[in-house]
Amino acid sequence: MTTQEAIYKYALRLGDNSLILGHRLSELCSRGPILEEDLALTNISLDMIGRTQALLKYAAEIEGKGKTEDDLAYRRPENNYYNNLITEQPNGDFAHTITRQLFISVFEYLFYSQLEKSKDETLSAIAKKTVKEIKYHMQHATDWTIRLGDGTEESHKRMQKAVNDLWMYTGELFEMDEVDTLLFREGISADLIPIKAQWQNDIKIILIEATLTLPEDSFMQTGSKQGIHTENLGHILAEMQYLQRAYPDAKW
Amino acid sequence: MSLDSQFDLWEVFIQSKSGQPYVHAGSIHACDNKMAMQNARDTYTRRGEGTSIWVMPSKYIVASNPDDNEMLFDPANDKVYRHPTFYVMPEGAKNI
Amino acid sequence: MYNEHSDAHFQMRIDKGEHIEAKDYMPENYRKHLIRQISQHANSEVIGMQPEGNWITRAPSLRAKQILLAKIQDEGGHGLYLYCAAETLGVSRVELIENLHEGKAKYSNIFNYPALNWADIGAIGWLVDGAAIVNQVSLQRTSYGPYSRAMVRICKEESFHQRQGYEIMAKMMKGTKDQQAMAQDAMNRWWWPALMMFGPHDTDSPHSSDAVKWKIKRETNDELRQKFIDKTIPQAELIGLKVPDGKIKLNEKTGHYTIGEINWEEFYRVIAGHGPCNKQRMEHHIKFHEEGAWVRKAAVAHKQKHLKKELQTV
Repeated sequence: MTTQEAIYKYALRLGDNSLILGHRLSELCSRGPILEEDLALTNISLDMIGRTQALLKYAAEIEGKGKTEDDLAYRRPENNYYNNLITEQPNGDFAHTITRQLFISVFEYLFYSQLEKSKDETLSAIAKKTVKEIKYHMQHATDWTIRLGDGTEESHKRMQKAVNDLWMYTGELFEMDEVDTLLFREGISADLIPIKAQWQNDIKIILIEATLTLPEDSFMQTGSKQGIHTENLGHILAEMQYLQRAYPDAKW
Repeated sequence: MSLDSQFDLWEVFIQSKSGQPYVHAGSIHACDNKMAMQNARDTYTRRGEGTSIWVMPSKYIVASNPDDNEMLFDPANDKVYRHPTFYVMPEGAKNI
Repeated sequence: MYNEHSDAHFQMRIDKGEHIEAKDYMPENYRKHLIRQISQHANSEVIGMQPEGNWITRAPSLRAKQILLAKIQDEGGHGLYLYCAAETLGVSRVELIENLHEGKAKYSNIFNYPALNWADIGAIGWLVDGAAIVNQVSLQRTSYGPYSRAMVRICKEESFHQRQGYEIMAKMMKGTKDQQAMAQDAMNRWWWPALMMFGPHDTDSPHSSDAVKWKIKRETNDELRQKFIDKTIPQAELIGLKVPDGKIKLNEKTGHYTIGEINWEEFYRVIAGHGPCNKQRMEHHIKFHEEGAWVRKAAVAHKQKHLKKELQTV
């Protein structure tokens, strides 16, 4: 694998993460627990779609086949998507939505803070912008986690269930494959090993404040870096790609 | 009485640029300080309207009663000597 | 000395063009009329999120998705501003939502129509928001201060809504045969309901006269509808869309278009609850309101716990 090929895959992977999570959050429009929160979730979704544009545009440039960010977002088959499995998990109840946000935003905050120092100027610039956005996403998720964990008996139960349900998708966030190691050697990608320790520590502190229990480390799901997904992704894509697939000659 | 809560009403004040006064932008609902700040941000600064936000629970705002308007505001009407244009300056006076 | 708490004094202030603020004296019917109108307006913004929301996950490009999402978010924000404006009149948001769910408060009929193809997103922005803007621009001068201020903010934010809708329609009319057919189909379905948004003819409108006298409403239904018709027909023609009305004529003398007869039977039928989506829209709102109840409860419980903790440490 050349460095260029690795950067292409790397940008694609990061772009897919924000594409799919942004899509999931966009499903919540008009479904928030209170009007103000509806607006907040939409803002987060919009940040992610914006980040997707930047990352997939860069991926398309590196690939050099004249594609646009939309070609990449809307015209790939399912097994060519590389988003982490946790991003495609259903919104579930608000506890699941918030827990997914917590796990991902704490990870992304640590991750993009490192990527700011990337030797790749484009990735570094995208990371700098992203860190500001993520910091807010993280605060939003943390506050809600604490409110709901330490709220009523029902909300506590729901949060603990969400934490337990989503835990098995968190291991994959820290997996390093050939792409990661190659780019790390060149000072382009982030090292996920120290991030993992920091993430576990940060999550633990938040969960304790929320009176929630950190699950035991057990079996962790994996597969997205090879394009193997949960059944959820196919449904997301069937919806998302519908117009582009049904009218391939049309411009929108 | 209804058991539902839509949280408390808060008033939002936005400063558009540093040095500018904080101007009332509108209201939001929120349950606590942090949520109030976030909701104010998500509702009233989506188009880059602000660089700083104040929020406060609406119930703490003390408003004047319109019935007192004459008492409160009319007495200021004839205090013309508070305005600089009231004073006659000798011709040729500068920087005053 | 005259009585400041009299309807005569109130009307004098209105006639002088003054704004009325929350704590000022106002006749009970003025307050009632405002609560009804502002809450209906707020409900419309919020229920209006649904037909467009139906296409967010199928938006055909990242740009289209961003725009649509931002626009629907604006509608939510506008609902929020308006609920808060209504609250200044002494009614809580809890009550306003209850009234909506119990059918005591209405929302605009237009949102009881379905969004069936992607061009509907264009048609909604261009025609539905276009009609709403005509009404809202006029309402910026409404006599009640909090309502007027909310409308000023809303109009500022809505200025992109109609343009993005028209952009979609124009793009599709320049596109493939399929796209053109979708655009015309959307036009055919949304044109008449958009005209109905202005309400019955002035001669048949039950609330108009007081509302005009009190300057809540600054122009009549028919005046506003005519403005919309006059500016929209040329826009349709410019991009090759046919207005689905064989009787349209431009009166050269007045510069106004005349149109065929609006189907008022349909209008009253949909108001009475028998539109394509009345039931669906209300069920959606009730469902997610109820699903959010445990979240709101938890947030309040959390706050109370911590208030207690803070008090203990003092």
